[in-house]
Amino acid sequence: MTIIAKKPQSLTDIPMHYCPGCGHGIVHRLMAETFDELNIAGRVIGVAPVGCAVFADDYFACDMVQGAHGRGPAIATGIKRSKPQAIVFSYQGDGDLASIGMAEIVHAAVRSENITIIFINNAIYGMTGGQMAPTTLVGQVATTAPKGRDPKLQGWPINMCEMLSQITGAKYLERVAVDTAQHVMAAKKAIKKAFENQVKGVGFSMVEVISQCPTNWHASVEQALEFVRTQMMPQYPLGVFKDEGAK
Amino acid sequence: MTEKTLRKGNEALAEGAIRAGARFFAGYPITPQNEVPEYMSAYMADAGGAFVQAESEVAAINMVYGAAATGTRSMTSSSSPGISLKQEGITYLASADLPCLIVNVMRGGPGLGSIGGAQGDYFQATRGGGNGDYRVIVLAPNSVEELGNFPKLGFELAEKYRMPCMILADGILGQMMESMAFHFDPIDPRALGKLDWAVDIEKNGRPKRKVFSYKGDNLIADVTERAKRYGLIEKTETRWEERDCEDCDVLLVAYGLSSRACLEAIQKAKEEGLKVGLFRPITLWPFPAQRLAKLATRAKAVLAVEQSLGQMVQDVKLAINGQTPVYLNAYPAGGQPDGNSILTAVKSCLNGGKEGLFDLQEHAEGFAYECKRDLSLGVQGDCKGGK
Amino acid sequence: MYQGIRIAGFGGQGVVSAGILLAQAGVEDKKNASWLPSYGPEMRGGTANCSVVVTDGEVYTPIVSAPDSVIVMNEPSLPKFEPLIKKGGLLILNSSLINSRPTRQDIDVVCVPCNDIAKELGMDRIANLVALGAFIKKTGAVSLQSVANAMKKVYKRAKPEMLELNQKALQAGFDFVK
Repeated sequence: MTIIAKKPQSLTDIPMHYCPGCGHGIVHRLMAETFDELNIAGRVIGVAPVGCAVFADDYFACDMVQGAHGRGPAIATGIKRSKPQAIVFSYQGDGDLASIGMAEIVHAAVRSENITIIFINNAIYGMTGGQMAPTTLVGQVATTAPKGRDPKLQGWPINMCEMLSQITGAKYLERVAVDTAQHVMAAKKAIKKAFENQVKGVGFSMVEVISQCPTNWHASVEQALEFVRTQMMPQYPLGVFKDEGAK
Repeated sequence: MTEKTLRKGNEALAEGAIRAGARFFAGYPITPQNEVPEYMSAYMADAGGAFVQAESEVAAINMVYGAAATGTRSMTSSSSPGISLKQEGITYLASADLPCLIVNVMRGGPGLGSIGGAQGDYFQATRGGGNGDYRVIVLAPNSVEELGNFPKLGFELAEKYRMPCMILADGILGQMMESMAFHFDPIDPRALGKLDWAVDIEKNGRPKRKVFSYKGDNLIADVTERAKRYGLIEKTETRWEERDCEDCDVLLVAYGLSSRACLEAIQKAKEEGLKVGLFRPITLWPFPAQRLAKLATRAKAVLAVEQSLGQMVQDVKLAINGQTPVYLNAYPAGGQPDGNSILTAVKSCLNGGKEGLFDLQEHAEGFAYECKRDLSLGVQGDCKGGK
Repeated sequence: MYQGIRIAGFGGQGVVSAGILLAQAGVEDKKNASWLPSYGPEMRGGTANCSVVVTDGEVYTPIVSAPDSVIVMNEPSLPKFEPLIKKGGLLILNSSLINSRPTRQDIDVVCVPCNDIAKELGMDRIANLVALGAFIKKTGAVSLQSVANAMKKVYKRAKPEMLELNQKALQAGFDFVK
């Protein structure tokens, strides 16, 4: 029998709990492939967030730390400064990173911590059941915005890559999506680059992944992917916002 | 090693921590503990460790969470309002069984309060300011020498039982200079060996390790198992100091700086022919209840002296359980006890007077309070008096 | 021997550093010592003061609420600290800058023109050391040599000629008290 596809070694055998159509599993796999390909698996220490990916500490085969909501970049800082040879990532959702953990992400960038941030933006709080996130689109319905997000009351969505690009210490910022095979391949490239940067000592690198949440968007997988393309991408354009890795 | 030098409390603490093998420090500026991060910023790198000035106390304690997860001797320091902010991290550290050292150089509260030394955070330290069922070992130094030597004890207890340990000092201890000596040689933490639970980069085929706080369905087992360690600590790790306790009429109970004023009071009492002793808890959790209860039976009265509205006194009462009358001599919100004021309270204990003794309800005698809002609307009965 | 001391004056008069010097001298003498400043916003201008304890035994509380000795360097400090002094205690008063005189009869008062003596030596700023010299002569709490040793540790960055001048100021205060 010829093996033509297999699970990356950097993932465990524990079945993932993510909903059908969710982007988390895809991103986990891309990261695990990266660890295998860069031959850094033994050095990786990951930080799992509070949110749907709270169980990510089960899925990655590397040593994992799971801490408080939004504090991933601070926890990753503590790990990296104590073990400079470690390859440290913080995996975060939009509520985690762009709301409660805003100070932590901004200051990790300010200090240009040599860590990698994987930021999953699906414009909603998933684990808690579909509340409005800082990245929820204008007009998008959420359980705490039953009439849709109204800028007069709740302001506008926040674009993290654009915002962090103003910070000198942020060295690599790219926004990708996982809605099509093509985009998944581009996402892989970006994730790999963000970890390569850390190996080279470039400094703070973040990949923002526009992801779909069929469950809390109350959409079929098809509809969710369509929402990503027609609604999310105009607000969150894909692309490289900063790349100083080569310098 | 035994040569005494003059050191500022906060600096003795910081130097003591580095000597004790601390190799990660994160903190945020707040008076009156600023000398600690300042000292760390100057000397931690030379010791081969890392210093980070965090964006907030919240971030600082979470940096400690990350560093502690790697098995590094990690610490943070702050003062009262900053320690409030760290409570989230402390309960997570407790839940993830991570050892670390947290220093609270207490100031006046509540809120922003004042920058004067105070003892208003006893409840927060010993009862857990964060959510859930957990404990923190709390050490209460009363001298610059203890400030310098307790970090070693703190790290050792924290690692032995895999839990946070707090040094509860106060602004005056932190700001004062005093002749002191370190009673241990500097420790190279690399010589201490690796911890079998810490996340690391040298995996060599061992199973993956996880440090985590979400326990889900395993929470009951997790908490009850940890509680065994708490019980063991209560049985074996209480620490205290006794002065003239065996034969006294009034037994003073005080920790930290207050206990120093008690020494002055004991001296004055002797001059007046009064028999006064001092019981000083050094561990506030575990509270040395058993020994205190035993000593209290021989005294006519027990007088708790503390710089709060009465916090430690509750542990004193729990320990003594009604055997001997317990009184409170209180100096809340940054008030400072001195020998004379304590002696006044001692005399009240003996002659049935009230001067120097604090009781919340007596404090409110003759006091009426009027609320300007009309609270009578729609009230269905307020259950007053247990209706 | 148990000496609880308060030193008070304007910020900039060196009352805080004189206190450290005294405590360090106590340590040089193999005694126990403590020093506690008034700290925080109080430090930003206005008056400053510190508590020092030097003792052969143990230091009780570092807060000296009933001092054995008080050194006052400026006018506002006199009414603040005179009442605290223990019966039979010592008050060193900087008569160069303080016109008032203490009212208490139960204390020992020594008026020293600290700033005048310091100016004669060539530097107004060392008036604190003149006062300290007078204190040492009166109490014998620490030895002159110990203060000299302490200076090298406390004023680490001071030039040799500055240390020499400090030493002269100390001696001048010491000699002023007969």
